[in-house]
Amino acid sequence: MSLNNWQPVIGLEVHVQLATRTKLFSSSPIAFGAEPNTQASEIDLGLPGVLPVLNKEAISCALKFGCAINAEISEKVIFARKNYFYPDLPKGYQISQLDDPIVGKGSVEIKLGEKSKIIGVTRAHLEEDAGKSIHDLYSNNSAIDLNRAGTCLLEIVSEPDLSSAEEAVEYLKKIHSIVTFLGISDGDMSQGSMRCDANVSVKRPNDRELGTRTELKNINSFKFVEKAIIFEIDRQIKELEKGGKIIQETRLYDSKKNLTRSMRSKEEANDYRYFPEPDLIPIKISKDQINDVRKNLPELPEIMKERFMNSYELSDDNAELVTINKETAFFFEEVLSYKVSPKNAVNWITGDLFALLNKNDTSISESKVNPKHIAEIIQNIEDQKISGPSAKKLLEIVWSEGGEIQELIQKEGLKQISSDDEVEKILDEVISENQKQFEQLKSGKDRLQGFFVGQVMKKTSGSASPQVVNKLLKDKLSK
Amino acid sequence: MSELINLSLTDQIIGLADKSFSSKEITGAYLNEIKKKESLNCFISVFEEESEEKALMADENISKNKARPLEGIPIAHKDIFCIKDKKTTCGSKMLSNFISPYSSEVFSKLDTAGAITLGKTNMDEFAMGSSNETSFYGNVLNPINEKLSPGGSSGGSAAAVRANLCSFATASDTGGSIRQPASFCGVTGIKPTYGRVSRWGMIAFASSLDQAGIIAKNAKDAAIALKYMSGFDRKDSTSLNEEVKDLQKEVDADQEHVIGIPKGLIENIKNVQVQDSFKNAISILEKDGAKIEEINLPHIEYSLPAYYVIAPAECSANLARYDGIRFGHRSESVSSLEDLYVNSRTEGFGREVKNRIFIGTFCLSAGYYDAFYNKALKIRNLIKSDFDEAFKKVSSIAMPTCSDSSFELGSISDPIEMYEQDIYTIPANLAGLPALSIPSGTADEMPIGLQLIGNYLEEGRILNLANKFQKLTDFHEFK
Repeated sequence: MSLNNWQPVIGLEVHVQLATRTKLFSSSPIAFGAEPNTQASEIDLGLPGVLPVLNKEAISCALKFGCAINAEISEKVIFARKNYFYPDLPKGYQISQLDDPIVGKGSVEIKLGEKSKIIGVTRAHLEEDAGKSIHDLYSNNSAIDLNRAGTCLLEIVSEPDLSSAEEAVEYLKKIHSIVTFLGISDGDMSQGSMRCDANVSVKRPNDRELGTRTELKNINSFKFVEKAIIFEIDRQIKELEKGGKIIQETRLYDSKKNLTRSMRSKEEANDYRYFPEPDLIPIKISKDQINDVRKNLPELPEIMKERFMNSYELSDDNAELVTINKETAFFFEEVLSYKVSPKNAVNWITGDLFALLNKNDTSISESKVNPKHIAEIIQNIEDQKISGPSAKKLLEIVWSEGGEIQELIQKEGLKQISSDDEVEKILDEVISENQKQFEQLKSGKDRLQGFFVGQVMKKTSGSASPQVVNKLLKDKLSK
Repeated sequence: MSELINLSLTDQIIGLADKSFSSKEITGAYLNEIKKKESLNCFISVFEEESEEKALMADENISKNKARPLEGIPIAHKDIFCIKDKKTTCGSKMLSNFISPYSSEVFSKLDTAGAITLGKTNMDEFAMGSSNETSFYGNVLNPINEKLSPGGSSGGSAAAVRANLCSFATASDTGGSIRQPASFCGVTGIKPTYGRVSRWGMIAFASSLDQAGIIAKNAKDAAIALKYMSGFDRKDSTSLNEEVKDLQKEVDADQEHVIGIPKGLIENIKNVQVQDSFKNAISILEKDGAKIEEINLPHIEYSLPAYYVIAPAECSANLARYDGIRFGHRSESVSSLEDLYVNSRTEGFGREVKNRIFIGTFCLSAGYYDAFYNKALKIRNLIKSDFDEAFKKVSSIAMPTCSDSSFELGSISDPIEMYEQDIYTIPANLAGLPALSIPSGTADEMPIGLQLIGNYLEEGRILNLANKFQKLTDFHEFK
């Protein structure tokens, strides 16, 4: 197979769980990990006679997203019922949007190395989530947990503007960064706060029409998005080159086996029988409301990056690295509030700290290391109070145990002896113990200089500054 | 004690207040009568002990001068209204085991006003029917002639009021379910403006048409009861946030009336007795000073087809939650998920409910939506504008409630013929207007009703006109 003769066409549907305090149509709280069915009210259970009441917070989240991607905002928001039967869908329909989605056409820019590309967003609409079916808890029965039923989702649909798995991942990361910077979602893919379906097709570069597409479901991490799309592109090209046909269908990604398999064909697809939700009245969105959201929009990653480059003289790459997500950007600025050099702060965060985060597969907010730790480590180095190796050791200690930097320096004996008097006293001792070698050094045997520095370091267990020892030794030799 | 149950609500309130009799006495009298007339099958549940306890508490409140507006008045609720910890069946096998964990707003408001709930009245299954014959609990008998239908779907409520089994009863009206049984049983029934009474906890049939109302002995009683049931409710998004007028005052106020009669209506009434009684009723009101105007409602002839698309469409989604998963009937012969759905619903729903689910599902299906549902919505809008235009020159509109008086139980087997029962009542539901039915004469020795339709939120006006009519006539008196 040769990818050169084929052009993949990819569009993503990203479901973002909004960080609202309560559900989209009920006042049940939303918390991950609660006991099953403890966060489901009569509304979430779809009991006879219950009615939905729209959570205005969800509207404001959607408006923030719409403004952030410069999208058209619908003047009126209408909800629709999407009908299908599933045991974890309590009402037998999902309240979603069909016509007049709250967010219309917009776009985001993604970075691909040096180049950037504009990706169109077709629409973003509000809908309620379903519950969860658990099939492996009991031997002969399935269990249903309705805690998630009714939580607010923003479904963001892209144009088929993506041409590779890499671009799809970059786009997903961009959406992730926007929703987390806006504070409208925690963006945690491992807990399902962000889920993604991909529409994939391939065509010959000169073909005007798109190829038949398949929809990939259940790809819930950046890594899987990449792998699933790569697999699917490969599968489709192989099929077509064999002279076969692509069937329009929904395919499920199996992350354990790294493959996609057919779930249902177009013919088997549900007829959702959408119709306007009669229990809700259309919501009007005024120009003032939109302007208000626009005015109060938090700083988005691009703007923050530019500010970092201008105010802190960061390079493009460094600024990109510290604005990779909201947590890192806020962490960085808090380190700076302790008046340390921005360059050192970037190096420590994106170097040693990122290495630890990656190694342990965790996030900056979950780690024990706080901005004060990093700032104090940097300050101690800048003041020559600790050595580079000691600093790395300190970071590892606070990573695993936390604690106060100053106390740890004392406790672990990491303080660098920097006062000249103290170092001179030890140097004098070394000289008097090694008179012969000192004479040889004096007479020009330069390589013995390292011996004396080493001896001083040994006596101070490495806490003397080598620069200071060298300087003092030079003074003594010139006397 | 039997004379207590014959008293109007107005007289019962006075009698309790001046301690001519106690709530214990009146409640006991009703409970006796319910037992005596059990064969009418008006009730699905009766709360004997609880009613007696509540009556004692009511008497205590009255003796301490802490009486609430409806303190100690024994009433009945249609079994469509959820009451906490009480069986709420909606006349269906599907919900024959459903104990509601919460209460409807209608119940809560009347309960807070001091009314005592004697029990819950029989009804057509899920309020779908015009004869009370679709109830899982068997049909109700018309107290005036037990061979005849009490009408439906609120047949239990209408018959209970007529048989003196409660002071008044709540009911619901989607296409005529309050007015038609009121007409058949010779009582007064009012469906207020859509949104005037909260739908929270009233089991949905067709959400955009369903409205709770009252069946009472006369217009004055209905005005008092409705006053305490109405009002804005945050839990119902379609509830109207408008001031509740003092209907009790307005029903007796000195008001002038301009009554509109649709062009061609009288000539088209096929039943001569119904036509004569309608003409007679109008002339009584005209002699009393009301002005009569001819109006144009060119689109109401399309009401029935539009209704029988919209109502089933909404019902097909509203009844999807009865899937045997979380509550309600669950089939015992189940070997797959598909079985669970199909068998539970096949066993749990009666024939008429299934008919309507089929019709609704069909109308919303891909390819048919525009031809049926969308067209029905357009007709609905035209009917609304017809009424808007008419109410520019009249203060109420008069029509017969039904084409005929009550029919023999089991005599109508053609569903279309049954649907035609609603021909005069449906327009008010489609337009969301308040409408009532008062006894205005007889046909074949059975009562027939005069229907009065009012402008939005003008239930006071039609009640005032109805009260005027009842001061001039004795059709509403039980003989």
